[in-house]
Formats: sequence, structure tokens, C-alpha cells
Amino acid sequence: MEVTDEILIDLYKRMVRVRLFEEEAGRLAESARLPGFLHLYVGEEAVAAGVCAALKNEDQITSTHRGHGHLLAKGGDFNRMMAELMGKATGYCNGKGGSMHICDLDLAMLGANGIVGAGVPISVGAAYANKLTSNGLISVSFFGDGATNIGAFHEAANMAAALSLPMLFVCENNEYAEYSPRHKTMAIADVIERAAAYGFPGAIVDGMDSVAVFEAATLAIEKIRNGEGPMMLECKTYRFYDHVGVKGTASNYRTDEEVEEMRKRDPLVIHEARLVESGVMNDEEIQAFKDEIQKEVDASVEFAEQSPFPESDDILVDVYTNGGVS
Amino acid sequence: MSPDNIFEGASGSENSESNSGERKLGYGAAVVETMAQIMREDESVFLAGEDVGAHGGVFGYFRGLQPEFGDERVVDTPIAEQAIIGLGIGAAVQGMRPVVDLMFMDFICVAMDQIANQAAKLKYMFGGGAKLPLTITTAGGAGLSAAAQHSQSLEAMLCHIPGLKVAMPSDAYEVKGLLTSCIREDNPTVFIINKRKLADACHVPEELFEIPLGKGHIFREGSDVTLVAIGRMVDEARGAADILSEEGIDCELINPRTVQPLDIDLIVESVSKTGNLVIVHEAVRFGGIGAEIAAQIQEEAFDYLDAPIGRVAAPFSPIPFSPVLEKQYVPDAERIAAGVRNLS
Ligand SMILES: Cc1ncc(C[n+]2csc(CCOP(=O)(O)OP(=O)(O)O)c2C)c(N)n1
Ligand SMILES: [Mg+2]
Repeated sequence: MEVTDEILIDLYKRMVRVRLFEEEAGRLAESARLPGFLHLYVGEEAVAAGVCAALKNEDQITSTHRGHGHLLAKGGDFNRMMAELMGKATGYCNGKGGSMHICDLDLAMLGANGIVGAGVPISVGAAYANKLTSNGLISVSFFGDGATNIGAFHEAANMAAALSLPMLFVCENNEYAEYSPRHKTMAIADVIERAAAYGFPGAIVDGMDSVAVFEAATLAIEKIRNGEGPMMLECKTYRFYDHVGVKGTASNYRTDEEVEEMRKRDPLVIHEARLVESGVMNDEEIQAFKDEIQKEVDASVEFAEQSPFPESDDILVDVYTNGGVS
Repeated sequence: MSPDNIFEGASGSENSESNSGERKLGYGAAVVETMAQIMREDESVFLAGEDVGAHGGVFGYFRGLQPEFGDERVVDTPIAEQAIIGLGIGAAVQGMRPVVDLMFMDFICVAMDQIANQAAKLKYMFGGGAKLPLTITTAGGAGLSAAAQHSQSLEAMLCHIPGLKVAMPSDAYEVKGLLTSCIREDNPTVFIINKRKLADACHVPEELFEIPLGKGHIFREGSDVTLVAIGRMVDEARGAADILSEEGIDCELINPRTVQPLDIDLIVESVSKTGNLVIVHEAVRFGGIGAEIAAQIQEEAFDYLDAPIGRVAAPFSPIPFSPVLEKQYVPDAERIAAGVRNLS
């Protein structure tokens, strides 16, 4: 497969958008300017970027509690994202969902999710609708390594296989579920074994390399669109910040050395080296590119801060379609 | 804000002394202390749940247990709510006395078959043969901008299922007394920890003691109106009683402590004295525990009532994320006071 310069730039743009937004959100959270729980995607950008770059706009995705990256990589809007994180009326969910429920149905992003594993069956449903209507679309579910321990994942995997649905399972294996290392909560070596158990193929991918993810996703998606049934990618990745927020927590569930070691495989740094090496961009161009996106991020903070909070009457709006209140 | 921050200060140096020389203990710290004391005296007690061990629970209220009791009696489980409850049920039937934790109360929905169809009914379906000394701990309540899937108060759902008992401690003293009773109880119990209360301290005896499940508590005596409040709403109702007392309205404040079984006699007695009743809870008003209390009071104390029973509770919507909406969503002292003034 040829990975063109345009694709390299596209992958980079998706990752930088996620990185700069997330770093900003982290800073805002640290200075108590964001309410609620914030699960940052920093370190895992190559996964969302690589997969989303291989999708059509209309292909559906479901996401997780760590969902900002998925929406941004699919083209999400900084302003509406930032406004949502601040609970403003101009946010993606009118301020009612927040970080864990961020969504954009126009981008076929069917929502982050506060319940671990809950997005996976929903992707099965989207895939089923795709199959029924022969619309040529596929659905993708992003989920963590920890999520593959929950029943919802297993029911969904089996059903997608049994019904031969156009669905891509993307495991973001960052080796931890909150503060629990993976080896303490599952007895298999690689998460990908779980796909085989349900009778569909999968591959392990370097989740720090957006090109590797893009290539694997492109291959899988082609087969899925051809009606070969579900597939799974296990992307080996790492989260650079804590489970919630930025700072380290009281318990030493992982060492600073480990984090430092993994930071050497920063997906942006890897990709920047590639851009320079292949002559697609030089250092100054890279910096200018980032500065441009940082400006958009800064503007989104401004936008969000100036936006109004929802009105109190909004509480009862959208409980049901077409109103109806008890 | 992360769950860990919420707890900082609560686990702290564990206890301090008030002016009167009474020992004070935080609400969250009372969970750890009670667990540790019970686990020391009863080898059949163990704790299982997500991140309860090495991390000490995401809210910190199991911190220190795994170092003392080891990783077999304080077990970090996979993310598997159904299997966590099942683990407790199976072990309980085998004579253990498990405490299993569902990190957030919202996650009971993931485990509802094991809770409602299995734990609650096994004894009855088996013709009485099985004993189920199982305690489910879980963190409920709103107010942290944790949004619709991490903030709910679902106690009414649980109370509706025969076979379960449900405790809702409103302060650290009740944490200790009710948790002790729940763990020593031979039936499945759900112990609902309010995540906004974790750092609040009050006097708590050093030794283990039991608060009987099904016995309410008169928090404050009064003659004009009976206020029944559960869980954290006891604090807000107390605030309302203070506001109202300045207006010359004397409230009697009752805290049922457990909502299943429910100490209806205590409420009947109070209403027969005051003639007025307002019920307060954090859960949505429709189908909440207030509806049950109101129904029972009109059956038992209709003749004493001077006005229709009032309820102050959440509106019929999921819990909104935005702090401004959430603040209006959760009942507070002002709204409760208004609810009392509105009694016609
Ligand atoms: C059903 C359910 N159980 C537990 C939680 C609490 N929780 C939130 S994230 C998380 C860890 C998820 O791990 P993983 O799937 O590997 O995703 P990661 O956070 O590593 O991206 C847990 C246990 C939850 N939100 N939902
Ligand atoms: Mg993980």
C-alpha cells in the first residue's frame, strides 16, 4: 500500500489536533477550570488517527470514557468540544454530557461512554443497520484492554461474528485498566486471542505508529467492506498521563521509569521524524503547523469561556424525543 | 477533579479530636476502619472489586486493607461487574462473608441479573436452604459533575426487589454502625456510600458497633413538620430545618438510615405529632422512595395529616453534566425549605 505525502500529513494533523487539545484540557483541569472527570488520550493519538484516516466520514464509531481523541481524530470541532468540557450550552451535548459523553452524530461518532465496554454492543447495532440497508458502511468500536474483561464485549464479539457484521474492533491496549496492570486481570498474553475465540481474524499493531495503524486498518476495512465479517486490531499503546486528569496518584501502580521509557515512543515524535526524513515537512514547517493548530485550541478556550451556561429550563429538555415529562 | 482529590483529607491522619475530647473520624475513613476491624475478627470476610486492593479504591476508602490482609482477602478483580457480584454470591453460599464493591452505583445496572435475580432470590427459591451473607458496597450520589452514568441514586430500584436490604449512611457514625450490621447480616445487603460525604467527619466510637437495619433515627425533634431525608439529604434537610426555625417553623427530622427495611413506624409516630410530612431524596421524584413513604403514611396516618404530603427530589431527567444544571437538579436546603413552606 502506498502511504502518500498527503496521508502522512493527514495522520499528523489528526494527531496534533488531539495532542494539543488534550494538553490544553489537562492544563485547564489542573487549574480547576474544567468540572468533572477528565480521561486524557495523550500518548494514544496514533490509534484514533490511524483508524479514522482509513474510514469514510459516514462510517460509525463508538468510543470510551477516554473519548476526546476519537471525536477529534474523526474531525470533531474544537469549539464545541471545549464548550462541552466546560458544561456550556454551546457544547456538543448542550452541556449535559461532558467529557465522558462527547459525541457528534453528524460525524457518525456515536458517543464516548461512561460505562466500560458499553460502546461495543452499540457498534454491533450500527453494523447491523449497515448490513440491513446495504449502505456499504462499516462500524468501528474503540475500547480499552480492560474493557475486554466485561461481558458486553464478549456478547458483542460473538454476535458480530455470528451475524457476520461489517465491524472493526479496535482494542487500545495501554496495558492498564485504571490502576490495575493487565497481567493481573487477564491470563492471556495478548488481547487479540479473544478475536480468535469468537472466530474472526485480527492483528497486533504498533499503536504508537500512526502509519502502522493506518495500514492495518485500511487492510482490515477493505476486507470488512467486502463482506468478510468482523475483524479486530490490538493496538499496543500507552497513556502518558494518569487514568484521570494529569498528575500521578497516590498509588505506585506504574513507575516513572516506565512512563519515561514509553514517552520515548511518543507517536508524534515518531511521526515527526518520519515527516522530516521523507522530506514532507521540515522542522520549521512542523512548528508552524503546530502553532496554527494551537491558535485554534486557544480560540476554543476563548469561545468556551464566553459561551453561556445552559438555562435551568433545559434540564427537562431532550429526556424524550418530542417532549413528554413526568 | 479526580476521585482521589475528593477523598484527600478524609483518609488523612484518620482521626482527630474535637473540643469535647470525642474522637472524630471521616466518612470515608470510617469505611476503612470498619472493614479492617471486621476483617480482623472474622476470617470469612473478604473484599473484592475493581482497584480496591493495590490502589485502595478509586475514592480511597479501602486504602490500607490489602497491605494488612493480603491480596487474597482484598482482591483486585477484572472489570466484570456481573462476575464480581457472582463471586460474592457463590462464596457466600459456601459460608464466606464477602464484601464486593461496585465502584459507582450506576454500575449496578451492569450487574442487575446477579443482584436482582440471583442474590435477592436464591434463599427463597431454594426453599430457605441457602444463607447469603453478602454485602455490596457502592458509591452513589450526584454533585461532582460526574454526569449521567456516574451520579445516580438508584436505591428505589433495589428496594423494590424482595430479598435485598439497603443501607444509606448519612454520616461517618452511620457508616461504621450500618456497615458492621450489613456485613454481619445473613442476607444480601447494599451499602450505599455517598461520594460527596467522604471528607466529612463526626464522632465515631473506636470499637465496632451495630446500628440495626430497619431502625430509623430522629435527628432532631420538632413539632410542626416531619422531614424525612435519606443519605446525604439529611445534611440538606438539617440546613432547611435551621432556615425554617428562624421563620418559626419547627421541624422534626427523621433519617430512616435504611430504606429496606423501612422504619415506617417511626415516621407514623412523628407525623401523628406534627401533622405534616415532607420527604426528601436525591433520586428522581417519580417512583422514588418518597412515593412509598407517602403511600404508607396515607394508609397509616391519614387522619393525622393536615396537608398533602410533600416531596422534594430530583426532576425526571438524567443527571446533567453542567455544574449549573446539576446544582439545580440536586435538592438543597433552600429547596427543601420551600417545599415545607408550600405545604398548604
Ligand atoms: C462498567 C464499568 N465498570 C467500571 C468503570 C470504572 N472505570 C472507568 S475506566 C476504567 C478502566 C478502563 O480500562 P480500559 O478499558 O483498559 O481503558 P483505559 O482507561 O485504559 O483507556 C474503569 C474500571 C466504568 N466506568 N464502567
Ligand atoms: Mg487500558
